[in-house]
Amino acid sequence: MSAMFSRRWRSQPETTTTTTTDVHVLAVDDSLVDRKVIERLLKITSCKVTAVESGWRACQYLGLDQEDKTSPEFVNGLKVDLIITDYCMPGMTGYELLKKIKGSANFREVPVVIMSSENVVARIDRCLEEGAEDFIVKPVKLSDVKRLKDYMFGETRGTIPSADKNNKEEKGSFNKRKLQEMSDNSPPLSLSSSPPLSLSSSPSTSQSPPTSSPSTSPSPPNLSPSTSPSTVSPSNSPSPPTESPTTSSSPQSPSSSESPSSTPPTSPPFSPSQLESPTMRLKVTNYDQA
Amino acid sequence: MDNGVFSLGLKLEDESKWLKNIIVYAVEGEIPLRHKVRLRTDMNRLLSLLFHQGVLDEQFLQLQQLQDETSPNFVSEVVTIYFHESEKQLRNLRNLLLDREMWDYVKLIIHLNQLMGSSSSIGAKRVRNICAAFRGAVEQNNRSACMRALEVLEHEYCYLKNKLHELFQIEQQRVLGDAVRYPGVLHP
Repeated sequence: MSAMFSRRWRSQPETTTTTTTDVHVLAVDDSLVDRKVIERLLKITSCKVTAVESGWRACQYLGLDQEDKTSPEFVNGLKVDLIITDYCMPGMTGYELLKKIKGSANFREVPVVIMSSENVVARIDRCLEEGAEDFIVKPVKLSDVKRLKDYMFGETRGTIPSADKNNKEEKGSFNKRKLQEMSDNSPPLSLSSSPPLSLSSSPSTSQSPPTSSPSTSPSPPNLSPSTSPSTVSPSNSPSPPTESPTTSSSPQSPSSSESPSSTPPTSPPFSPSQLESPTMRLKVTNYDQA
Repeated sequence: MDNGVFSLGLKLEDESKWLKNIIVYAVEGEIPLRHKVRLRTDMNRLLSLLFHQGVLDEQFLQLQQLQDETSPNFVSEVVTIYFHESEKQLRNLRNLLLDREMWDYVKLIIHLNQLMGSSSSIGAKRVRNICAAFRGAVEQNNRSACMRALEVLEHEYCYLKNKLHELFQIEQQRVLGDAVRYPGVLHP
């Protein structure tokens, strides 16, 4: 215990070299309080964190402000596995930052998660359409971060925790869409047995995620090759799908017409649609779903 | 409202009492269990009260969960930052409302949103809710409601700050007590 303690005390800020298995997260938030909290949440889940105060600083950090001039060495040396950003920020909003990231050659593959204190469905939709991996409603909890880390980088990929039966209506269509997709598909091979999901609304029409134009496939460094190619296209876009709805979000292996192993429009090896997204957590009670 | 300077120091009379206690404990070599229990109980009682009053919500508990031996002062650090930031925002709000002519509603909303956000992040439920009500008043251009809301906000913020100070004092006593019992474990 004392060894662990002293190692932690000597630990350096995140910009030093990390081992390849460490997840490095870039956190963007203009609120100092929130930065401190998110930093701690990420560190406690064993992530390396770089916290910056604005979208502009984030762009600077990623070299996006002069992408044409950034060297490959710079990009290769900069391992960012996840970007988590606040939505409402002065100057560049989280949405604008998202667009810049998704528009960049070097970082469009990095998953971006948006945080916001406002649970506005239109805002959520807009972000997901633009390629955000997920959307977390503030205040951010440890269970949110754990879940995020688990389904993006963890060993428990593919597990659906028990369904959130008490989804508040306001979380609305976003969650319903995801739940809808989950229940539409046959149980994925890699999923542990999950109780039937209860939907609060009737099945919607083709909401399934196709290939949205910005590719959002994350590339976690320690993705095990044995993960079933239960790739699903990003569940994020509510726009009319470009292919048949019944197949598009299947977590199954290649039998679906949208074969995951094919090209972009890509299906990341896993997707939040199949797994419980942090936004599906209950805000009412305090039980830990992690 | 106090002078706005955040201080975690104990009041003078508490300090001398506490020093006396420390000497006693050093001599006796042990913290009486009843004292430890009392401190623990005091903390729990205060926390329960604050929860019951709706001053704090479960997000505060979340912060406590993030505190451990590797980050032993996490809660007080975050709360200190929160106090500092909040007092800035409160000053901004008051200054904006002092303008007799035109109120800058956009700026009011910006500051309120910031205060709301940070309050929510530390679990300061009542302060957060008053910000929301204040924001509603701004959106409706209701000047008198805005003035009232600011008063309530300042009052609630003061109450929160005092109670959190109290909580940290109790915690400090506990830590000091442990330090006497287990020398070398005193956290910075």
